[in-house]
Amino acid sequence: MYAQMVDTGVQRVLDAAELEGDERRFQDRIDAGIRVEPEDWMPESYRRTLVRQISQHAHSEVVGMLPEGNWITRAPSLLRKATLLAKVQDEGGHGLYLYAAAETLGVSRDDLIDALHAGKAKYSSIFNYPTLTWADIGAIGWLVDGAAIINQIPLCRCSYGPYGRAMVRVCKEESFHQRQGYDIMTRLAQGSEAQRRMAQDALNRWWWPAVMMFGPPDGESVHSAQSAAWRIKLHSNDDLRQRFIDQTVPQAELIGLTIPDADLRWNEERGHYDIGPIDWEEFYSVVRGDGPCNRERLAARKSAWDRGAWVRDAAAAHAAKHAGEQK
Amino acid sequence: MKEWPLWEVFIRSSHGLAHKHVGSLRAADAEMAIGNARDVYTRRNEGVSIWVVRAADIAASSPGDKEPLFDPARSKVYRHPTFFELIDGVKHM
Ligand SMILES: [Fe+2]
Ligand SMILES: [Fe+2]
Repeated sequence: MYAQMVDTGVQRVLDAAELEGDERRFQDRIDAGIRVEPEDWMPESYRRTLVRQISQHAHSEVVGMLPEGNWITRAPSLLRKATLLAKVQDEGGHGLYLYAAAETLGVSRDDLIDALHAGKAKYSSIFNYPTLTWADIGAIGWLVDGAAIINQIPLCRCSYGPYGRAMVRVCKEESFHQRQGYDIMTRLAQGSEAQRRMAQDALNRWWWPAVMMFGPPDGESVHSAQSAAWRIKLHSNDDLRQRFIDQTVPQAELIGLTIPDADLRWNEERGHYDIGPIDWEEFYSVVRGDGPCNRERLAARKSAWDRGAWVRDAAAAHAAKHAGEQK
Repeated sequence: MKEWPLWEVFIRSSHGLAHKHVGSLRAADAEMAIGNARDVYTRRNEGVSIWVVRAADIAASSPGDKEPLFDPARSKVYRHPTFFELIDGVKHM
């Protein structure tokens, strides 16, 4: 997802009986559904894991502006341009909410951004794919934001108060993102033969990366189990992925597009769609930094940061000079 | 250069309710904080008034004081109108 394979730093999940003192009281409160707030005592591993998860999520929102930003100047109409601009601005805001949530855990935004630029912090694999045609903007809104909604709605109820509240704000805006994307796809799918082909081609390229966004099956992952015990992960990757597939397949059919999976079948018994094998090698290679756009994305972020340094410095100098003046 | 300070943002909606905390942001000074708050937190007609306060200037109660601060109110059920049962036939109360 926007945060993938988050390391909790633990070797084994302890059960309640093995926990003592503060740790025990902390877990009891989580089990009772009581939110953790910044001033509350929390295990260092919980704090560190959340910093990792929330900052990775924040970086994804910000890096995610790049593939879509690529089409703002070339949107096919003024309305599409204004809409895309608003959508990309929203994503910048999502990054802000999330950095602010991470900052409540005692880290500074500048440090988090440094970690991203140094390659120490990750962002979602999905934003390392290129946006080759206008239809990709439709596919991203429909599929990527659609997948994000499925992941983020449960996170509104996660155990950490500031993260949950940030997710509530984010979720309010996501549904606009998904609908504008599906609207682009619908119009293209109903358009000329060339437009329909463009829509199908975008779906072909974005489908599997979107399916992979949810991350590999949790299996025996100790990190997934620990995050679940802490209630900062509320459903398994496979459950969320299934939800995404079940909701998206009929949407594709409705506009006459074909999901690029020969093994895709409705399974009457399970009441879900079955899909073909996922190429996890591709996923891991993107996560390792070898996706089609990893280097380009990081270079764009670094250059924006470096080229904006004089603006940050000038604003701070101006504020220092006028500090204490009565407005 | 030092990081811009953190500000807490409060918005009053058009329905006449009190300013409500909506989130935080970083800005060099108050003017920029209001501008940024307007850009991020009032994108969909959420409000008609913005307050920004430096996060460092907020004093907060500590979670350790939860019991002494908030427990005393628990036993004072008579502070609620529903504590008093109305006799039959009373109107407008
Ligand atoms: Fe977002
Ligand atoms: Fe979005």
